[in-house]
Formats: sequence, C-alpha cells, structure tokens
Amino acid sequence: MENRVTSILLSGVGGQGIILASELICDVLVSCGFDVKKNEIHGMSQRGGSVTSHIRFGEKVASPVIPAGEADYLLGFEKLEGYRYLYMLKEGGVLLMNDYELIPSSMVVKKVSLYPADLSDRIAAAGAGAETTWIAAQEIAEKLGNPRTANIVLVGLLAGRLQKIQKNLSTDQAAWISALEARVKPRYVEINKKAFAEGWNRSE
Amino acid sequence: MKELLSGNEAIARGAYEAGVEAAFAYPGTPSTEIMENVARHYPEIYSEWTPNEKVSLESAIGSSLSGARTLVAMKHVGLNVAADPLFSLSYMGVNGGVVIITADEPSMFSSQNEQDNRWYGISAKIPVLEPSDSQEARDMVIEGFKISEAYDTPVLLRITTRIAHCKTLVELGERGQCGSSFTYKKDFRKNILMPMNARLKHQAVEKRLELLAEASETFPATFEIQGEGEAIITAGIDFQYVREAFPEARVLKIGMSHPLPRKRISAFIEANQGKVRVVECLDPVMETQIKSWGYNSVTGKDKTGLLYELSVERLRKAFQDQDFPQAPPELPPRPPVLCAGCPHRGIYYILRKKKAIVHGDIGCYTLGALPPLESMDTCVDMGASISMANGMNAMLARQQAEHPPVFATIGDSTFLHSGITPLIDAVYNRLHTHVLILDNRVTAMTGHQPNPSTGISIRGEKSPQIDLETLCRALGVKDVDVVSPYDLDQVDALLEKHTQIKGPSVIISKAPCALIPLYERSAPYSVDTEKCTFCRACIRTGCPALSAVDQKSHIDPNQCTGCGLCAQVCKFDAIHQVEQQEGSR
Repeated sequence: MENRVTSILLSGVGGQGIILASELICDVLVSCGFDVKKNEIHGMSQRGGSVTSHIRFGEKVASPVIPAGEADYLLGFEKLEGYRYLYMLKEGGVLLMNDYELIPSSMVVKKVSLYPADLSDRIAAAGAGAETTWIAAQEIAEKLGNPRTANIVLVGLLAGRLQKIQKNLSTDQAAWISALEARVKPRYVEINKKAFAEGWNRSE
Repeated sequence: MKELLSGNEAIARGAYEAGVEAAFAYPGTPSTEIMENVARHYPEIYSEWTPNEKVSLESAIGSSLSGARTLVAMKHVGLNVAADPLFSLSYMGVNGGVVIITADEPSMFSSQNEQDNRWYGISAKIPVLEPSDSQEARDMVIEGFKISEAYDTPVLLRITTRIAHCKTLVELGERGQCGSSFTYKKDFRKNILMPMNARLKHQAVEKRLELLAEASETFPATFEIQGEGEAIITAGIDFQYVREAFPEARVLKIGMSHPLPRKRISAFIEANQGKVRVVECLDPVMETQIKSWGYNSVTGKDKTGLLYELSVERLRKAFQDQDFPQAPPELPPRPPVLCAGCPHRGIYYILRKKKAIVHGDIGCYTLGALPPLESMDTCVDMGASISMANGMNAMLARQQAEHPPVFATIGDSTFLHSGITPLIDAVYNRLHTHVLILDNRVTAMTGHQPNPSTGISIRGEKSPQIDLETLCRALGVKDVDVVSPYDLDQVDALLEKHTQIKGPSVIISKAPCALIPLYERSAPYSVDTEKCTFCRACIRTGCPALSAVDQKSHIDPNQCTGCGLCAQVCKFDAIHQVEQQEGSR
C-alpha cells in the first residue's frame, strides 16, 4: 500500500445527520485496515449552523484536518454548504451533491432572501473540474417514509463511488450494511438499509 | 486491539487503564465528552458533574488524599475558576495521583477567549503534557499518574480542540492496578498550607521542578524525526501539521512542554547550527523560553503569528509563501441559532421589545445576542451577568439618569456554577438587580448534561433537585416569580412589574430545552398565505422553522415543535396550529 492519503469532506447543516454518516464511513475504513483520522467541531456549531466532517485514510495519516484544495471527495448535504466548501475539493475530485436547500429565517432580511438563487449554476462553474453527481436524497428519503434517512442515501452514494474509484478499498455492500447494523437502533435498520441501497444504486 | 477514538474518549480510556477511581468535571466544550465517556463506559470509576470547576478540583484533592487516583477535566477557562486550588495543590502535592485535563480552544469555536493554558503550568510550577493524537492522549494519562505520584505534584494534561474531538486509532490495554485502599495520613506540614508550612513547601516545589526538568529529557513522547529538510521544534496537534506540510523536515517533537527538556533542545539547536524554527499555536511559550537560553536565532512566531489555530495551509504559507484556495467571500453565513421551540426565544423577544440593557451569560442563550433578537448587551464569563448588573445598578443609583430597565439573564446551570454569590451580593448591598433565570432543566449548550437542578446524576442515579425558587428566597430575595416563556403577554407583564421593584428580584423562566425528552412537542403551526402580509414579525423571532417562500412566511412542519410563539406575534391572525392528529407525535 503506497502512502497516499485520501480525504473525504462532508458538509451540511447541523441536524442533517453528518456525524452518523461520518462514523459509518470511518467504521468501514477502519475495518479495511487503514490508518484513519476524523475531525469535526462540536459545540455551538450544532445549533443549526454550518457543519463539516473531515475523514482521511491511508497507510499513515498526519493532519486530521484536510488542507484546502486537497479533498478527494466532497459530499454536500445541502446546496449552499456544498458550495461553501467546494474550494476544499481538489482539481478532478469527486463532488456528490444533495439537491436540497435549507433556507434559515436568518437569511431573510427586509423581504429579501440572501440565499443565492443561482447555486446550481455556481456549483457547476466552480466544480467544472470535478466529477459531479447530483442526487435528490431528501426526496428519496421522504418517499421511503423517513426524511431523516437522507444522510444514509448520501452515504450509499459515496460508498458506491468509493467502491468504483478507490483501488485500495476492497469492500462490498456487506461491510457497509454491517456498519449500519452496528450503529443504528434495531427498529431503524431496515429503512436505513433501503436508504443506503437507493444511494448505492445511483452511483453508476 | 485498535479502536478509533477521539482524544476525549482516549483520555477516559487512559483513566480507566491507569486505575483511576474518581473523576470530577464541569461540562465545557471541548472537554465535555471526557466525563461523559468515563460515566458511560467505565462505571468502575466514580464520576461526578460538580457545580463548577473549583469544586471539581477541590473534590479531587479530597479524593487524592484518601489514596485514590483522580482525574479532573475542564475547558481552558474552567481552569481560571479552579486556579485558586490549583496553585495551592501545587505546594501541597498529592497522595493518589491527580491529573488535570485542560482543553484549550485555539480559534474559539465555542469559547470567549483563546488563552494558552501552558502558562498555568509555568506559573503553578507543575508539569504540562501535550499529546499530538488520541494514542498519546491515552498514554499520557497513564504516564501522568506515574509522574504525579513519583514527584508529588498535580499534572496538567493540555489538549486543544483538534486533539479533543479528532478521532485517531488507539491501541487499548487492560485496567491497571488501582490502589483502592484508604492510605490517608494526617500530615500537618504537607496538608495545612499555613505560611510556616507553605514557606517550606515552596522550597520543595522549586526542587521538584529541577527533578521534573531531568525527567522531561527522557519523557517517552518527546522524540526526534530525522530528515533532510529544515529543523523544527513543535508539540501537540501542530506536530501533525508540521509532518504533513514539511515531510522532509528534521523534527524535535516535545511531549512534556513544561518543564522543557533544555539539554535535548540545546543539542538539537546546536546540531542544526542554530537554524531552528519553533511551531506552536497561540503564545510563544516554548520560543520565549528557548530564546531566554541565548538562542536568539530560533524563530517561529514572527511567521506564524499569535492568533488562532495553525493548519497545514497556514504553515506552508508562513514558511514557503504558498497560497491556498479560500471559501467564496460573498456567501451568507449560517451561524448557529436558538433551536425551533427553544424556551429562550420568547424571553429575548420581549427584552428586545423593552429595549432593556441585558447582561448575558454563558450558554445557548448567548445566541440571543445575534440577529434578529439582538437583545443582549454583554457576555463575559460564567455568572458575570448578575455581578455586572449589580455594578451597573450601583452606579445608576448614583447617576440618577434616565435609563432603560437593566436585566441579568442566566441559565440554570450557570446560575448554580457562579450566579449564587453575586445574587447574595445584590441582597447584601440592596441593589435593584433584576435577574431572569432561564431554567431549561439541563446544561444544554454542551450537549444536555444533567446539573444539580435536573434531578439526576451523571451516574444515572436520581438526586434531589435544587429548587431555584426556594434557593433565591432563602438568599433573601423577596420577589421571586415563575413564568412560562411561551406566554409572551405574561412575560411582558412580569418584566414590567419587576422593573418597578426596589431591591433584587428574580424571574424564573421554567420550560425544558426543546431537544430533551422532557419537552412536549405539539402539532406544528402553518401560515395562512391569504392572511399573511409578509410583515415578517414571525421571522424576527429568529425561529429556524420559519422561512420565506414566494414573499410569504412559511413554516417547515418537520422543524416546528408547536410552541406557538410565531402565532402570538402575528398581528394578522395568519398563523394557526394544524389540527392535532391522534397520536401523531
């Protein structure tokens, strides 16, 4: 195994289930025998603020924080937060974007919404060098009957892409499913498995 | 077996393996999860949330005296609260080992300052250990207890946010021997810090520091990495950034940052002809000491600066002038907000309406200072809301100027931490201080830890609930009212009444945090778009469930908890509760 460190950045809004998603990803990477480091900030940032989680793996990882412009994967849980951290993605990186907008009341000032209307265009322009996949994870999760599983739809999509791209990652769906079973309360396992499959199946 | 653990989890594990028998803490980001993990995973260890950090450390002294190895954990500013016992404990020394975790916060993700607590080690003349990942955090807890007992000293283990919250792999061991026997011995010279004893103890402390400096030379987590590149001295998380930014560098990585291993550092500097950089975030603690030994060519702070945490990018920029990509500047920020249904919202909504001068405090409610509520004037430290209102009120009485009403707002946990003594001051000095205790039944900001008014201990045992109303009355406050923060008219009327009261008064706003099981959600509200004039009165409550869709207010039914505050502020009767379905929530 050559020592190339791979970096995955998750970005979104507090409450979207980013921590669980990153725990699952790390579980699988650790089970594959990698050195893994994961970083996020707890505390104030959880109160509906912008949230990121950094995951890095390889033979030996030094910094737990991904340097700007060096993320191999960016999993955007929300459009604005995906765009906000797009600069972290390296040229030719993999961009997986949830087609979902969360517009807080704090962005409504004097009848005008500060939330950018043209985010899809901006993401397309700024991410021109990236290999981009859009997914309507929120809609998919709602159709499954539990909007809170959107995070697992996104994990499924990332898992599928990792499987195809990372030559050093010899895993299959089973490793992810067993990680899910270990992390999620028993009564939510089935719906989360379905959510995972929805994401995985869109990773072609 | 290796497990992916955060630094905080690794410290709890280290305590378990070190045979720790008692652990005391007050929650504070980024240290909170240490005690949570001790209580959750290692019931062998007696654990406590104490009312504040001073009590934590003093309890630890008692527990150590009995013979037990004892862990104490707090955030960086918590050590200010515990500084009084810290400096005395340094003189007194330990029986069972004492390791104190200080979790510093460079960049202030959830703090009011970014003080560098390595100074406390220098000032209190005690050893400071600095781990660079979770493995070292676990190892240094174990090593720290050995040092504590061998050198008769409390040990300060200094972590920073990235060490506390980053997860890295840790090799786990077994629980070690614990000295659970009672080994207390009465010792007048050691344990009574009267001047005649303290004078002798100070001599012992200076001698101890010399011995610790020797130990620092061979401390296991201090090591050198060979390389062809420049020579760098570093410690803690900055070691990881150095390794990534300059993989070719020759590195002297410091594990015990007080006292520094002077011989080793001197040898490293001389082997590199004086061309050495020090990489350390915040203050030049190592650099200043190294320069004081006559090595004036050693630099670092001139390039890295004194502010905020370092990073791989910042080091490359500082030393190689390498630029790095930055976030687009024009984006609207997404700051943290009071949650949908939060009981604090109504209070700050009315305080804004009254244009009151509001002395705030430390907790979720500090967010009441941000738009759109913007109804807090000050936030300094735990308990300061009441003391500052006292000081201002004392002057207002002399100045006899027209002024808006002055209120202090403080949470239940913060009140019990440091708010009782200033309330006593208000009674004692007959000040017209009006206090709002925002009692949401839990220590919310740090992740819902129970406190003495919650009725449960960290060990999950039922405990008596401190009754805040009775407490305030017992202190001599005659006017104490309890109100639901969701009844805006009543809150308004009570604030008006209290403004007229001469002498101290207390209003307790009692309602559980919207994120804990005690909170009762009800059916969500929705906007009648026919009636909505988009006056945005509801949006100005700052509720995150509210937003604008097609120039009308909109309520996200998934986020709405049914608190009804927005309906109360709507002048056009445009917001109504959706009919409650049987058993829907």
